[in-house]
Amino acid sequence: MDYFPYLRKEKLPHIWCSGCGDGIALKCIIRAIHNKGLDKNKIAMVSGIGCSSRTPGYVDFNTLHTTHGRAIPFATGLKMARPELTVFVVTGDGDATAIGGNHLIHAARRNIDLKVLLYNNHIYGMTGGQVSPCTPMGDYATTAPYGCLENSFDIAGLTVAAGASFVARSTVYHVKALEKLIEKAIDKEGFSLIEIMSPCPTSYGKINKKGANKNLVLAQKTQSVPVNKAKDMSPEDLKGKIVTGILADRDIPEYIKNYDMLTSQKK
Amino acid sequence: MSLHYEIRLSGAGGQGLILIGKVLAEAAAIYDNKNATQSQSYGPEARGGASRSEVIISDGDIDYPKATEVNLLLAMTQEAADKYSHDIKKDGVVIVDSSFVLKNPKGDFQVYSFPITQIAEEKVGKKVVANIVALGVIERVARVVSEEAVINAIRARVPKGTEEINIKAFKCGQSLV
Amino acid sequence: MGSRTYMMQGNLAVAEAAIDANCRFFAGYPITPSSEVAEHLSKRLPQVGGRFIQMEDEIAAMGAVIGASLGGVKSLTATSGPGYSLKQENIGYAYLTEVPVVIVNVMRGGPSTGLPTLPSQSDVMQAMWGTHGDHTAIALSPASVGESYDMTIRAFNLSEKFRMPVTLLLDEIIGHVYEKVSLPDPKDLHIVNRKKPTCPPDKYLPYAEDESLIPPMASFGDGYRYHVTGLVHDETGFPTNNPETIDKMLRRLHRKLDPYMSEIIEVEERETENAEIGIVTYGSSARASSSAMRAAREAGIKVGMLRLKTIWPFPTEAIFKFGQRVKSIIVPELNLGQIAHEVEQAIKGTVKVHKVNRINGEPFHPDEILNKIKECK
Repeated sequence: MDYFPYLRKEKLPHIWCSGCGDGIALKCIIRAIHNKGLDKNKIAMVSGIGCSSRTPGYVDFNTLHTTHGRAIPFATGLKMARPELTVFVVTGDGDATAIGGNHLIHAARRNIDLKVLLYNNHIYGMTGGQVSPCTPMGDYATTAPYGCLENSFDIAGLTVAAGASFVARSTVYHVKALEKLIEKAIDKEGFSLIEIMSPCPTSYGKINKKGANKNLVLAQKTQSVPVNKAKDMSPEDLKGKIVTGILADRDIPEYIKNYDMLTSQKK
Repeated sequence: MSLHYEIRLSGAGGQGLILIGKVLAEAAAIYDNKNATQSQSYGPEARGGASRSEVIISDGDIDYPKATEVNLLLAMTQEAADKYSHDIKKDGVVIVDSSFVLKNPKGDFQVYSFPITQIAEEKVGKKVVANIVALGVIERVARVVSEEAVINAIRARVPKGTEEINIKAFKCGQSLV
Repeated sequence: MGSRTYMMQGNLAVAEAAIDANCRFFAGYPITPSSEVAEHLSKRLPQVGGRFIQMEDEIAAMGAVIGASLGGVKSLTATSGPGYSLKQENIGYAYLTEVPVVIVNVMRGGPSTGLPTLPSQSDVMQAMWGTHGDHTAIALSPASVGESYDMTIRAFNLSEKFRMPVTLLLDEIIGHVYEKVSLPDPKDLHIVNRKKPTCPPDKYLPYAEDESLIPPMASFGDGYRYHVTGLVHDETGFPTNNPETIDKMLRRLHRKLDPYMSEIIEVEERETENAEIGIVTYGSSARASSSAMRAAREAGIKVGMLRLKTIWPFPTEAIFKFGQRVKSIIVPELNLGQIAHEVEQAIKGTVKVHKVNRINGEPFHPDEILNKIKECK
């Protein structure tokens, strides 16, 4: 397919490094939007700060690059003002689970219809490789020279527990599966989150001696375990694995629809 | 002589002093077409402890919305009687609920003492309308709002279905003076 | 007496004015002494086709109102000192991205949690310099319940016209006091709406400088697909590192109110014609000052008052002129001299400025100001 109708051609080339997954994820997003036939005028893409959050700059939608961690609140206001828009949030593990963690769980709890595409690269890439809430324990970062001593967030699990309608996880290796999951998120009414494992060879790969840039993406093939298979595996066997697929797909009343219904009954 | 009259309503949280402050202010401002301001204490103070509401009634503009020289103090507890009787205007009035205030404040003012809460319970049948009984007393003592205006304001402010018992309480208060 | 005459609290007047100004979105977080604004709008907004949300924190509330405003809906948030501090980063975002929003700050004592329900005027400098970076600001300060209504309408109008956040600085006294107000018929109000682009979408430059200095603003979803970023951007809205472009953009943001100062700045002068002693004050302190002035005039002291209805941009010219006419100036305020310092700068040393300050959580008693007047005589 032709990607250019969806891109701001004059803004290319993008800033992402060779071996980064963010460009692959962007192509998946565009394909899903194309497949669903969404009107570009009715799409808004909102982001925070970080590598992933540069995505809106490249796409020809209504795009909003906000402050660090706050994409979800901005998107919440926009969606409440213009519910007819399909509102995507593109964010990263640092942006959405550290500084913006509170917003993530509350938006999921409200079940407001935002499509959150969260790129997890285990690190603060843009600021130079500092430790993130998703850096695996023991791995190195520029602010974890002795190794990361904290537990990682299970972002998808957290979002399921908080009450989102739709939660899934995939990788940039599995482009077809990722594309289909994004399509499902577009269709779903309510808070949807896809945790997209998108490796960072520059800031995470180098310091953790992961070798050639392509290695991290290729490794996702063997690390990934479909959710159905993972059910029967022990925590020991699941160590270092990426559980992929749909983790929650529930029909829960969407926030704005619910708000309008409740207030029209009682006002 | 233009009218400028300051009322301070004091007691404990839950005694309904904010409500009668609003009723007095609305009676004066909306139904008697004068000017009025009403303010109250907020915060931890308003959670069960001391409670205070101030009403200023004037026929001109009210510059300063808080009481500076109180014409009339209502004290529904001993603590309030002790704490708020220091800035009463010379020849002002203090009304105390003798159900709770055993030691009257002393000063250059006249004290009216009635067992307001006890009367509310015995004569109206409900302790919670003690504030409205007090309002009846205030109306008679202060004479700055019309009886009709207060009754209208009571009807507009009290919960639906309780209008009549509140009017009864108001009249009961009036009859004490 | 009109049919819209009420005994009403300042906070409620703000909420009702927001509805009459066509504000249809509110996001907030509970904080005294401003919560009545949120409480009232949570009930009222759905009745007029708007929406309300209580967010998880102050920062989120500020982000949400900016998002809604970009969707083309006039938006309001309300807070007090600690919440205003938390909102500052996103307020800066609204300055840079030129998104109209109104922020109500019902001031209480600080720093930190400070004095939750007690009056203060200690956020007046924060309303100008609270967020990082150079920018211009608008802050208004009502001194009564009626003026809280009028200034809320004005705050929305200024915000829409100049594409920027506007802060309405109430204080606890004005926010909570009940006063008699006669609200105008909404049909008679002068309501300003943001200028929208008229060019075709492919020609739209969201931050292009024209002679008005205020570029037209498209709403998300209306066919003008454009980019909004908190990075310093060029006229297309995309980030730039070009020093010339950066300079041009930031200087426009800094001077965009310059041609409109006389329209934005409002002061009220009372008995200034023959005054020998001048009071410069604002908000609830003006109420105590009025009482003091009346008493002083009765005692034969010629006192006049200049009340700042607009705090920012600072009414430098009006204050300088006032300073030329009087022998001394008194600045009563519920902080340790934030505006007095600005007044000193404005009058350029021509007369002495006397401060009257109170920071103990109690409002001024008119006698304090009267005593200072007598001292200055």
